[in-house]
Amino acid sequence: MLLHVSDLIKTYRGPDGAVEILNGISMTMNRGETLALTGESGSGKSTLLHLVGGLDQPDGGCVDIDGVDICALDDASRAAVRRDKVGVIFQQFNLIPSLNVASNITFQARLAGVEDPDWTRNLTTRMGLADHMGKYPEQLSGGQQQRVAIARTLAARPALVLADEPTGNLDEGTADTVLDLMLTLVAETNAALLMVTHSERLAMRMGRRLRLRAGRVA
Amino acid sequence: MRRPSLTMTGLHALLSHWWRNPIQLFTLVVGLSLATALWSGVQAVNAEARASYDAAAATLGEGEFEQITSDSGMILQADYVRLRRSGWLVSPVVEGQLDNARLIGLDPLTAPNGLGPVDMSNGQLTVDMLTSGVFFARQETLDLLGEYDISLVQSPDVAPGVILTDVGTAQRLLEMDGFLSRLIVAPAQPMNQVLFTDVTPKLTLRTPQNGTDVARLTDSFHLNLTAFGLLSFAVGIFIVHGAIGLAFEQRRPVIRTLRALGFPLRRLMALIAVELLALSLIAGAIGVGLGYIIAAALLTDVAATISGLYGASVSSTLQFRPEWWLSSMVIAVAGTGMAAATSLFQLSRMPLLASARPRAWAMQAGRGRMYQAGVAFGLLILAALLGLVGSGLIAGFGMLAALLIGAALALPVVLDRVLAFGTSRAKSVIIEWFWADTRQQLPGLSLALMALLLAMATNVGVSTMVSSFRLTFTGFLDQRLASEFYVYANDADQAAELQIFLTPRVDKVLPIQSVDQDIRGLPSEIYGPTAHATYRDNWLFLQSAPKAWARIESGEGVAINEQLARRGDIAIGDKITIAGKLFDVLGIYGDYGNPIGQVIVTEALFERLFPDSRALQFGLRMDPVDVPALTNELRNSFGLAETNMINQAGIKAFSLNVFERTFNVTGALNILTLAVAGFAILMSLLTLATMRLPQLAPVWAQGLTRARLGRIEIIRAVLLALLTAAFALPLGLALAWTLLAIVNVEAFGWRLPMYLFPMAYLRLAVFAMIAAILAALWPSYKLARTRPADLLKVFSNER
Repeated sequence: MLLHVSDLIKTYRGPDGAVEILNGISMTMNRGETLALTGESGSGKSTLLHLVGGLDQPDGGCVDIDGVDICALDDASRAAVRRDKVGVIFQQFNLIPSLNVASNITFQARLAGVEDPDWTRNLTTRMGLADHMGKYPEQLSGGQQQRVAIARTLAARPALVLADEPTGNLDEGTADTVLDLMLTLVAETNAALLMVTHSERLAMRMGRRLRLRAGRVA
Repeated sequence: MRRPSLTMTGLHALLSHWWRNPIQLFTLVVGLSLATALWSGVQAVNAEARASYDAAAATLGEGEFEQITSDSGMILQADYVRLRRSGWLVSPVVEGQLDNARLIGLDPLTAPNGLGPVDMSNGQLTVDMLTSGVFFARQETLDLLGEYDISLVQSPDVAPGVILTDVGTAQRLLEMDGFLSRLIVAPAQPMNQVLFTDVTPKLTLRTPQNGTDVARLTDSFHLNLTAFGLLSFAVGIFIVHGAIGLAFEQRRPVIRTLRALGFPLRRLMALIAVELLALSLIAGAIGVGLGYIIAAALLTDVAATISGLYGASVSSTLQFRPEWWLSSMVIAVAGTGMAAATSLFQLSRMPLLASARPRAWAMQAGRGRMYQAGVAFGLLILAALLGLVGSGLIAGFGMLAALLIGAALALPVVLDRVLAFGTSRAKSVIIEWFWADTRQQLPGLSLALMALLLAMATNVGVSTMVSSFRLTFTGFLDQRLASEFYVYANDADQAAELQIFLTPRVDKVLPIQSVDQDIRGLPSEIYGPTAHATYRDNWLFLQSAPKAWARIESGEGVAINEQLARRGDIAIGDKITIAGKLFDVLGIYGDYGNPIGQVIVTEALFERLFPDSRALQFGLRMDPVDVPALTNELRNSFGLAETNMINQAGIKAFSLNVFERTFNVTGALNILTLAVAGFAILMSLLTLATMRLPQLAPVWAQGLTRARLGRIEIIRAVLLALLTAAFALPLGLALAWTLLAIVNVEAFGWRLPMYLFPMAYLRLAVFAMIAAILAALWPSYKLARTRPADLLKVFSNER
């Protein structure tokens, strides 16, 4: 089992007191599996994604990735897990503006020490980015930026790919193209894909589906 | 009814920005306050010193009135009476030392109007002065006095260290009954007056000395201080420019919304102008207060420096003079206006539907950078042209301004290229990101880095100049005070006795003869020292003909000082006329601080040219250990005063002590300027910190810890400080060269040689690094402690 989440609890302190965002979420995923995380705004989808990615710490429960309880790790070790085992794709793309496309794509792979030039070339060609490698993020369209973000994640061949509304900023046609590519490439690398989405249409294309409501599995 | 409401609404919307961004407000006010403080501090010191010189000049009437003096230093009161009876309107002056102050006695009834900085010509004070006696002096001078049965009047306009009183009281206290020190000649004299020389043939009439020697000599020091103050202010203005630019940029959405809602553009601009005016007045007032504190702290050392170097008294008590605090307020307001001009202009041209998204204030378009590079290049070319073909003080200062502004504008362009090169050569991904990210931060940090560049260049320039001055001056003292001991006789008879007395007691007696004479119409002094290895070994020529000393010693030619060479346009090989005879100029020597020309001829030649002249000064070569004993002997046998005997070792020690105090002043200003630049970096980093989260969050998400990102921030600040230091070094040396080789020569007629001080530059680089580390410490700590939730907001869809 690649991912094991058990009894995950997360609370935020708001102006009117503590707000429970996640209330005892449990789930599992295996390599090669794809899972759509759906639910209304504020249901805790992104929070769950962030906790699974080791970007935030839960108030209760634990997240186990490839046999490692990341909730028990210190900041540096959690950073190492993010670097080596997890790849995150954001809705806002969140590319590094100071680096060009080529450097953005290889960034995480080089950080994890797993850069494979052949694989990177394969990825960029299939994603239609080969002619844009010297450009900077601000010079690309939204669809191109998202393809760079996906390439950046997959270039490091992470075991677990987390995607937070990866096509939310794209038109329907572009969104379909991007998702097709993502699913194909995730399957090729035998990674697990956990994707947050509002779109029923996109959720239908995933292997499994988990619906959240008010911090619980609906 | 609605108009005030509209204005108030707009004002409220504009001011709410400061409420929400207190750090920016703090940056703006503190930046402008510090800039004003440095300027006003230096101006306060200058104003106090100038007031002291003016008071001294007014007390003695040297700048305004002719004076009658005697070679012996004393005038018989009977001569004064004879002059008055013959119709000469003269007024007596008696001078002398009383306790630790200088007592000057004037006659309030005959003194011309304008003599003396206090009005003694009427009222009860005059009566008191003429009966029981009154002392006018500053409080600090009155404190030096012992017990006297005389009324004390505190008068801040009297020169420091001087006590004014009436001539009779001065004569009594100084035991000079029947004698006067000098006579002041009233400007309006009766017609058909008898000739002055017919009445008192032994006395000399001296013309007014406009621009006293003291003022001319100390101008050099004050010029440098003023240049320092101006550069410090420029450093501060860079901070203010950055803060105002950021405030405008971040208020774009508010401004756009206000305009979209119908708020008139002109009123909006007027509101912003009023807001800035208010802020500049507040910051200016704080700056003036801080400047007062800086000046008060520096004044003691400045006074000691000026007193030691030039013998001029400067009050060590600071007064709140309108000329400096008003000028400081004006410059604070003008500086803010200058810094805001571009932003206000852009606002006036901003289309109504300009993007509400903050236009990445930090990110300048490539076209803007190219334009900046073009302006920088143009200014640097202009500076080079002014240096090569310009002449005069204006050209010197123009070159300084073009050089500094050009270099400051060029800095971001140069750093951008260096960082781009670093990015292209990086092997590791983190290092590549570090270079690229640093390059991206450059526009946001460039103003602070420009401030740091100017601060460091100023430090390098001023340190080089002052250190060169010290090295040259101490070398000059070795040259001029090559003998171990110097003795000055009161008259020719005493000189002859002294020579007989001294010859068996020392290794060598070197008579020093001199007369005053015009050379090429310039007032000069001719010296005829005894030919001795002392001069050959110690006097170094700036320029000379081959075998110059040998030829001068054989009477073939003469040596002249640099001032005479420059002002008289005299080069090696030219001829000058002395006592009607032509001589070749074979050497030109440095003569720092001397306002007039000087010529050196051999003793034999001097005696041929001026057979009636007798040496009153002697240089004595002897074992330094024997100097104190000889001093005692001379005091006991000849009654020579301390001022007639100069101990070389004592003078050198004193001079070095004076320079140490000069270094205290420049050192304090250096640290203050660096602190301002460090503050600029801190404020820029704090301002950028919130804008940087979207750039840092993805890197954090991909596996870099917050602590590591924090450490990288410090390394980034150090790297930028080091690169700026590397750029500042040649700029500072160019600044020093301009000050020494152009400004000083144009202003004072002599050129100081320039020396390099690598250890001082290294120390400065270390200071700059420390300033950068201190500035980056808090922002990096904040980054390392950023909550993950804040970083995650960057990724949130609702953002």
